[in-house]
Amino acid sequence: MASEWKFTAKEIAERPDLFMSGHRACAGCAPATVHRLVLKATRGPTIATNATGCMEVTSTIYPFTAWKIPWIHTAFENAAANASGIEAALKILRKKGRLEYEHVDVIAFGGDGGTFDIGIQALSGAVERGHDFLYVLYDNEAYMNTGIQRSGGTPLGAWTTTSPAGRKIPGKPQLKKPIADIMVAHEMPYVATASPAFWIDLIKKVRRGLEVEGPAFLHVIAPCPRGWRSDPSKSIEISRIAVETCIFPLWEAIDGEYNLSAPSKLMALRPERKKTVKEYLKMQGRFRHLFKPEFEHLTGKIQETVDRRWQKLLKRCNMP
Amino acid sequence: MTAIQQKGQKVIALNGDEAVAYAVKQCDVDVVAAYPITPQTIIVEKFSEYVHDGEVDTEFICTESEHSALTCCLTAAAVGARTFTATASAGLALMHEILYVTSGCRAPVVMAVANRALSAPINIHCDHSDSMVERDSGWIQVYAENNQEVYDSIIQAFRIAEHAEVLLPILVGLDGFFLSHTLENVCVLPDEVVRNFVSQRQFPLVKNHEGKLVPFKLDPENPITIGPLDLQDYYFEHKRQQEEAMQRAPEIIKKIHEEYAEISGRRYGNGLVETYRLEDAELATICLGSTAGTVKTVVDELRAKGVRAGLLRIRAFRPLPVQDIIEALRNVKAIAVMDRSCSFGGYGGPVFHEIRHALYDSNPHTHTVNYIYGLGGRDMSQHMILKIYQDLEMIIKTGRTEHLVQFVGLRE
Repeated sequence: MASEWKFTAKEIAERPDLFMSGHRACAGCAPATVHRLVLKATRGPTIATNATGCMEVTSTIYPFTAWKIPWIHTAFENAAANASGIEAALKILRKKGRLEYEHVDVIAFGGDGGTFDIGIQALSGAVERGHDFLYVLYDNEAYMNTGIQRSGGTPLGAWTTTSPAGRKIPGKPQLKKPIADIMVAHEMPYVATASPAFWIDLIKKVRRGLEVEGPAFLHVIAPCPRGWRSDPSKSIEISRIAVETCIFPLWEAIDGEYNLSAPSKLMALRPERKKTVKEYLKMQGRFRHLFKPEFEHLTGKIQETVDRRWQKLLKRCNMP
Repeated sequence: MTAIQQKGQKVIALNGDEAVAYAVKQCDVDVVAAYPITPQTIIVEKFSEYVHDGEVDTEFICTESEHSALTCCLTAAAVGARTFTATASAGLALMHEILYVTSGCRAPVVMAVANRALSAPINIHCDHSDSMVERDSGWIQVYAENNQEVYDSIIQAFRIAEHAEVLLPILVGLDGFFLSHTLENVCVLPDEVVRNFVSQRQFPLVKNHEGKLVPFKLDPENPITIGPLDLQDYYFEHKRQQEEAMQRAPEIIKKIHEEYAEISGRRYGNGLVETYRLEDAELATICLGSTAGTVKTVVDELRAKGVRAGLLRIRAFRPLPVQDIIEALRNVKAIAVMDRSCSFGGYGGPVFHEIRHALYDSNPHTHTVNYIYGLGGRDMSQHMILKIYQDLEMIIKTGRTEHLVQFVGLRE
């Protein structure tokens, strides 16, 4: 999987933007940054598709488009099926000599609603069939396009409009679905997690996902200042602290073999650097209610869950 | 040597589903994506055999749902592939969302629907509830009377859907079990004749977001954005364009039907409607699909007795060939519209709505009544059809319509 590309900051900066400015995403929207970074890693002709969601809506208000590459949107629950059809068409048209390109990469983007919830069937089916495409999950942990409703990707305790911080039930009572592990369980060739704070790592993973034969899945944390009730200037910082608290560890699973990526490996080797979840939670208004005395036990539960999942990951990565 | 043999055609025994698969095999289809459902199953089974025996050059995607099957066809078509899918009943209902997206994206997908009742209660047998509910989804709808027409219609469908003036998806309906599982002699064209007839997809030029004229497909050299967010300022115009394409379709359907008649020797009326002994008829029934075969037998019997009975079979239900319908029924005195589906709480079945509406201005004095029949595969016997013609005779005689909408063939 060696790439000739060096992934230096200079090289990345010199590459043209294929996801252009002028889109209507909010200030501080990490998903928009993620889209731009992902397309920095393309290696040639590429077709992209999005599930319905913020990034589809804000990037393509007719007659404008932020996409410098061919792009299609069809519905919410079928981004992976979009990619399946595109990939199958490219394959057969090339075989029949009706495609002028040696290879065309296919990237599907979906938010957490379009991936954890309504889109998981199409995703699972596409991966089982082995289509050669990269699926990028930009995870802002709720249905933001419809106004902040909880999804299977919303973490424990988070306020959303459908998991309000009520007097009896303080935010979402359930855990976040371990979607990337679910994808690894498909025995697909490449699964990874990424954060826009570690953007070179993210871009490298996109490139690996494209280079691998068969389906690849990239789970990217992507803060939403509107939904997370966070400072729009802190989105990248929050993306970093998510990694440093091990709430969102960075890893790759190549053919099912888990490996920690450098930023998380540091946390494994130097546990004293691991930050407490409170440092992450306090930056976001969606967790504000957890700091009330009557709900404070929940931050402990969140810490326990994060620690438990982190230990499980370390084992999978054969880390001490 | 018969005319058939002269054209290099051969007669083989095929059920309706096999006729679909055979036609698709000959049409140089690039991507087939499908999910099995009774009574469509034989289509995907047969096509799988073609794929696994290397008889077709097609990417066959066995999807995890009908929703994904149609999605795959839609996006494959957007890349430039010729695509096909098939379904029935609940499968079509699950595709519902993507039916609109497909027509809205102007993706020329061809789909066979082995017409079957919708749940509940669950029932695997024929009626038209599944495709009638999709009549406003922007798909051309063609209903076949027999397996020969199924085969012929699928081949024509690719040309119609992909025509630059049309660019709309098309649904070919074949009655579940009555056609899908019934063996008939089907006259098939040689592979190369079909291949030449369907030719290769052509792509009209469209103006992209940079103002450049580019082929209408997802092409990295000439990027376009398909399926954008379209708000109050443009959505309406795009929907209007869809309707305009629908209005252009009848001429294209007729033209392609005629071109096909030249290579096959087979015609189904003018491609939109088929009249049967209707020229001097006083009593007419109107129906879709395989029921027409039974009706024709009854018409012949009545004619032998001197009753001026006739039949109008609607082949293209979408777009509705209004002028052809009006013209065909000009001299008829009483009409029975037969609906194999029910529009619950409506004023008769969907075909009745359309026909009576079409006739409102031209033949206001023609008695037009409705019979809901054959739901869930209930047989439509000659006896029942005869009764309908007798009702029409009575209406003419008395000048009165007792019941505007009736259910026929109920166990009561």
